[in-house]
Amino acid sequence: MILTVILASLAVYSWKLLGYLVPERFITERFRGFADRVTVALLAALVAIQGFSTEGQIVIDARLGALAVAAVLLALRAPYILVVLAGALVAAGLRALGL
Amino acid sequence: MNRAVLSTSISVGLATGLYGISFGAIGVAAGLDVLSVMLLSLLMFSGASQFAFVGVVAAGGAPVTAITSAWLMGIRNSFYALRLTSVLGPRGLFKVLTAQLTIDESNAVSAAQIEPKDQKFGYWATGIAVFVFWNSATLIGALAGNLIGSVEEFGLDAAAAAAFLGLLWPRLRNQWQLAALGAAVAIITTPLLPSGVPILLAAAVALMPLGGKK
Repeated sequence: MILTVILASLAVYSWKLLGYLVPERFITERFRGFADRVTVALLAALVAIQGFSTEGQIVIDARLGALAVAAVLLALRAPYILVVLAGALVAAGLRALGL
Repeated sequence: MNRAVLSTSISVGLATGLYGISFGAIGVAAGLDVLSVMLLSLLMFSGASQFAFVGVVAAGGAPVTAITSAWLMGIRNSFYALRLTSVLGPRGLFKVLTAQLTIDESNAVSAAQIEPKDQKFGYWATGIAVFVFWNSATLIGALAGNLIGSVEEFGLDAAAAAAFLGLLWPRLRNQWQLAALGAAVAIITTPLLPSGVPILLAAAVALMPLGGKK
């Protein structure tokens, strides 16, 4: 298992390093705009997958309530740590109520 | 040094620690030993890839499937690195260290700053804070894994979702169409495709000229 873990880590690391090895002259303004938009699209996809999927299936559960409360707190400019903590507490609370 | 950026970085680090606990607990529950779980957090150091790896192991998948899922999940770090090259300008061997801290959180905090020096500081402060908290939390989670019971009971899965939403939030004002489309693509393709692939398709959405400049 340790060998598998190390190989997988190297595989993931290769992506991180690759981005720094591409010569600067290949990075056009247009490409910079794309890389910037990728950040937004990927974070949105991560919210969706982490919030609404379980083992490859779409599931609507207590996490929806947690995300709604998190969104309200973010709109009220609450600190990040409070937003994350509230997400955990709301989901735990809803599940304790059997939802 | 910008105190507001530092405070965001530490706050992001602490929040990541919350679901780092959940990662440690899930890893042990998947049948990994504490050392393997810790090596994932120290060496792989990319939350979504780590969760993907452990998910495949838990489902009894082959090592090559676990490696491939983690690898596919990690492609986005390459895009972050491309963006960060001009912000950080790392040279020579320093790139090796810079690359290891290139993750969702360090890139997001950096990208949310306006001044170039804040972008640079945000990257390093967040990268280091997340590395420290994520690894300490993984150890706690792995050791306490058997005591905690289920991760869902404590809402730790929802904490991770809220954390990603918090990173996305500053970009929603100008780029909400792009975010909505990325999320929609991920949701629609998740039941149809192997884990890791929906994330890639969502990245392809960024090729479309949606939304204004940040």
